[in-house]
Amino acid sequence: MEITPLGDCAVLVRLTGNFEADPESALEKVLTAQKTLAAAKIPGVIELAPAYTTVALFYDPIRAIEAGAPVEDIFSWFEQRIGDAISNAKNASAHSIPSTTVEIPVCYASEFAFDLDDVARRTDLEPNEVIALHSSTEYRVHCVGFTPGFPFLGGLPPKLATPRRETPRTEIPAGSVGIGGKQTGIYPVKSPGGWNIIGRTPLRLFDPQRNPPVLVRAGDGVRFRPISREEFDQLAKS
Amino acid sequence: MNATAIRAGFLTSVQDLGRTGLREFGVSLGGALDGHGLRVANILVGNDELAAGLETTFGGLRLRFADERIIAWCGGDFDAHIGSTALPSGHPGLVRGGEEFFIESPTLGCRAWVAISGGIDVPVVLASRSADLRAGFGGATGRLARDGQQFPLGTNTGRSQMLVEKLRDRKIASWKPPHDWSSTARREPTLRFIRGSDSNRFTASALEHLTTEAFVVSPDSDRMGVRLDGPALERSSDVDLLSEAVAPGTVQVPPSGKPILLLNDCQTIGGYPKIAHVITVDLGIAAQLRVGDRVRFREVWLADAHRALLERERDLQQFRHGIGSHFK
Repeated sequence: MEITPLGDCAVLVRLTGNFEADPESALEKVLTAQKTLAAAKIPGVIELAPAYTTVALFYDPIRAIEAGAPVEDIFSWFEQRIGDAISNAKNASAHSIPSTTVEIPVCYASEFAFDLDDVARRTDLEPNEVIALHSSTEYRVHCVGFTPGFPFLGGLPPKLATPRRETPRTEIPAGSVGIGGKQTGIYPVKSPGGWNIIGRTPLRLFDPQRNPPVLVRAGDGVRFRPISREEFDQLAKS
Repeated sequence: MNATAIRAGFLTSVQDLGRTGLREFGVSLGGALDGHGLRVANILVGNDELAAGLETTFGGLRLRFADERIIAWCGGDFDAHIGSTALPSGHPGLVRGGEEFFIESPTLGCRAWVAISGGIDVPVVLASRSADLRAGFGGATGRLARDGQQFPLGTNTGRSQMLVEKLRDRKIASWKPPHDWSSTARREPTLRFIRGSDSNRFTASALEHLTTEAFVVSPDSDRMGVRLDGPALERSSDVDLLSEAVAPGTVQVPPSGKPILLLNDCQTIGGYPKIAHVITVDLGIAAQLRVGDRVRFREVWLADAHRALLERERDLQQFRHGIGSHFK
């Protein structure tokens, strides 16, 4: 574990230096650390943000000082408390975190799947084989970011890995499902983006009026279920 | 009661101190790019510091009021008026029903934060009234203000009402906060930074360039970040990083070598190496940078950043306490 300052109001806790070797174990370490640090209730902490191999801990320096942190070395004060919390929890099972699997209906029709043919060509597959592979895998959310609710999903069949588009699109419609390198993900809100778009979900992955505002969070499992254009319209209405 | 934007200006939006607790969902901090400036303006008009105000970029904002309000603003070098009376930055002024407040284009800097007594009372969405312009929610419309838009205002607090009584005969209060709180634009400012968590991924000359050369603000700078042009900051290794958290103040360097100083609307995560983090107390100055401006950087220790923040917070508490006498 390595702890470094991220500016003057956050620290970055790196749980492992090697993601590629074992993404699942990296995710478990990160989720366990997030849970442990939340339970530790370290004074001055505002929030925790997990991503791949790190948990960022955002703090209010003024509140930390009020709680006894020396202004000369607030960083070490947090470093010690983070280290203590994590080593005290060492024995806690990494698999004690309940995670849910969310099924996401996706319409892979050509009007939504701007780059399906391109992905098929690059991967040497037929478009329906791309769809079959993409929708027969269980993915896990390693990180939520880029835009609110955007899930970065690990577990893409290696055969489907496709480099990002050289020129990003200036506007990708909300709900678009894409492949970017070794990952797949969903654009929750209309935004620019460089991933290869292969379908669209009628579900809202981000809704500011909902609590929590996102459909999936780090650690959740995700499965894609292919749906027809008709079912897309029905679900979009409901 | 409402305030009506007779003219909304170039880029005006409703902002408070932003959203916390939602980064894990990818929701940006957002809020006033100079949170301290907005806090000061709110204190000046008798508001709670968490009240929402208006952030205007390049001015051109004209507001008409339906009832008596106290108004104050902090930010760049702008000319502002209530009717025909000048309202300098940092001075609370009284507007009467039917009167207008106008803020012109700036001569230095680019942004101002306008606080109105009662606060802008748009619905709270995800724990804030701020407009998230990228995701399109908050701030009533999720968008920039438009000509003719009505901003609902909360009720004047007791403090604000006392100020209304006090300013009926002289209109503009004579007292103001420290000059560098209400007037934050600087010519060729030097921003203090602490070394970034990835600074070892850059060549020695990259770090030297950062501390010795001037950088020029590029177009495409916005509430997400200030894009800078200057000597390319070379990375020593070209390994892509896994995305991890970034924060306002983070200076990240894409493959082009041209650094980007992130501001409040930045994404919650990023994969570019971070060479530096501008310290929090200097972000209000960074928020005034406009295209073509020159800016320099100077390295400090993390403890310097924390001392500066603590000192400013103590001064602010003292100011809040001292100003209490004007509300009696």
